[in-house]
Amino acid sequence: MTNTTNMPIKRNKSSIQRRLIPTYIFLIIASFLSVFPFYWMISAATNKTLDVARGKLTFGSAAGENLHNLLANYDLWTALGNSFKYAIVQTVVALFICSLAGYGFELYHDKYKDLVFSILLLAMMVPQVATMIPLFKMMSKMGFLNTVWGFMLPAISTPFLIMMFRQNSRNFPIDILEAARIDGLSEIMIFFRMYLPVMKATYAAAAVITFMNAWNSYLWPKVVLNKTEAQTMPMLIANISGGYTVDYGLLMMGVLFCSVPTMVIFFILQRQFTEGITGAVK
Amino acid sequence: MDNKHKNSVRAKQDRAGWYFLTPATLLIAIMSFYPIIQALLTSFKTGSSAAMTWAEPITFNYARMFQDRRFMTAVGNTFLYLIVQVPIMLILAILLAQLLNNKDVKFRGLFRTCIFLPCATSLVSYSLIFKSLFATQGLINTILVNLGILKENFNFLGTPWSARMIIIIALVWRWTGYNMVFYLAGLQGIEYSVYEAAKIDGANGWKTFWHITVPLLRPTIIMTFIMSINGTLQLFDESVNLTSGGPANSTITMSHYIYNNSFGQGVANFGYASAMSFFVFILVAILAAINLKVGDKRD
Repeated sequence: MTNTTNMPIKRNKSSIQRRLIPTYIFLIIASFLSVFPFYWMISAATNKTLDVARGKLTFGSAAGENLHNLLANYDLWTALGNSFKYAIVQTVVALFICSLAGYGFELYHDKYKDLVFSILLLAMMVPQVATMIPLFKMMSKMGFLNTVWGFMLPAISTPFLIMMFRQNSRNFPIDILEAARIDGLSEIMIFFRMYLPVMKATYAAAAVITFMNAWNSYLWPKVVLNKTEAQTMPMLIANISGGYTVDYGLLMMGVLFCSVPTMVIFFILQRQFTEGITGAVK
Repeated sequence: MDNKHKNSVRAKQDRAGWYFLTPATLLIAIMSFYPIIQALLTSFKTGSSAAMTWAEPITFNYARMFQDRRFMTAVGNTFLYLIVQVPIMLILAILLAQLLNNKDVKFRGLFRTCIFLPCATSLVSYSLIFKSLFATQGLINTILVNLGILKENFNFLGTPWSARMIIIIALVWRWTGYNMVFYLAGLQGIEYSVYEAAKIDGANGWKTFWHITVPLLRPTIIMTFIMSINGTLQLFDESVNLTSGGPANSTITMSHYIYNNSFGQGVANFGYASAMSFFVFILVAILAAINLKVGDKRD
């Protein structure tokens, strides 16, 4: 690299771009490698399994056939419906419970509540695999196996979400709270009427990340949903792949159905998704 | 407003605060703290799930765990993924973030979206995509054979070293963009003028990277490091769906092996599985403790 001590403040634009060529090459390769498996998934879903195996990369005309075979052999609509139902219910309930808690912890905080909060944070170090056996016993005792309750109960109150709402509640102006109290609003109505509308952005980010996590979860659903009628999309596609011979076209059609909802969310709500990931870290 | 009334209003508000945090607190107590205690108790028991009795001797399951070759393989595999994959991924992520933070680079948004895109897939989906790509009759084999790099199709997923490598490649693919987002957020906190000043002082790209970016991103690096270790210790979906733990358990992870001993393969050895899962819990807890300690030091 040249010594730029005496460079003019405004350098020649094309020379800057020329020096960035290695950067562009690196970024293009990284982008290509990131996107290619998606392209391949979509192209494979439109091809016959033999063509997929031969390495055909262009789109084919077997999409209809793959979909037909998928529907004939697997209960796609049930799994898709289940996944939507579980993920939406879990998102709504988790957002309500965790935002309420985050609001309570931040705006009503005293040393006892702060102590409770730091105890709750300890739950972050509990791995899923360590609680799945006791939780399975609990859910089966309560008759929650193969139900939305069994699916969501362990996931609707998370330290991550509570912390995210608590952190973001710091920006909530305390004056509004006081003014609303003078106006005679009850505490819970202040939450619904004042807090909820102001915190829309946080809710959006939390909703995206919770929906994604619920949709993609696999280990716990595999434990608690042991009936085919109750299974989710990730479980369905894992089953397709578990067979002795794999029809790649059919499999990738299934993978496509499992990925489209999260990909749509990703493209439309990328900013909220990013905020959701980094949400509790500030 | 008289004092008494004021106090009762305060008390009412305080109670409201407690009501608000009670549902979440109870749920975490019942769904995390109670089960982890149950797991500890179960880990000292043996027998089928319906009629479990205290183990004889009480540490039976733990003694068995350390003599279980397969579990030790699973521990070894998990740590291999950790040691190889986490550094590669984080270095790549930080490099990409640094490149994308340069305001002269065009199409930054597009590059960022592309590299971030793998996060839009579920872990099962991408595992299956990679499984198909690297299958013996899959695309990668076809390309390598056509290019003359391979003489004949190679069974990547049926050979221990290559199967492990593919899990690592897949993990890097899935999570690099995710970590990059944290670094980009961290870099936005660094004033651009710092870089300008460094440029004027004659620092080149690498020098700027090592002496400005890395030190300023230290808190973010520590955080992503801890998150990645935590995630790796709990790997499950990839082991189950990409390699099925094989060949001959050479890629199986701890969570996968615990699952097999409790819900998979017709075995329901809850006592033994609980002992192993408590081992994972202790690893994660140690990690969290280190995190707290390092976190305290950082500012």
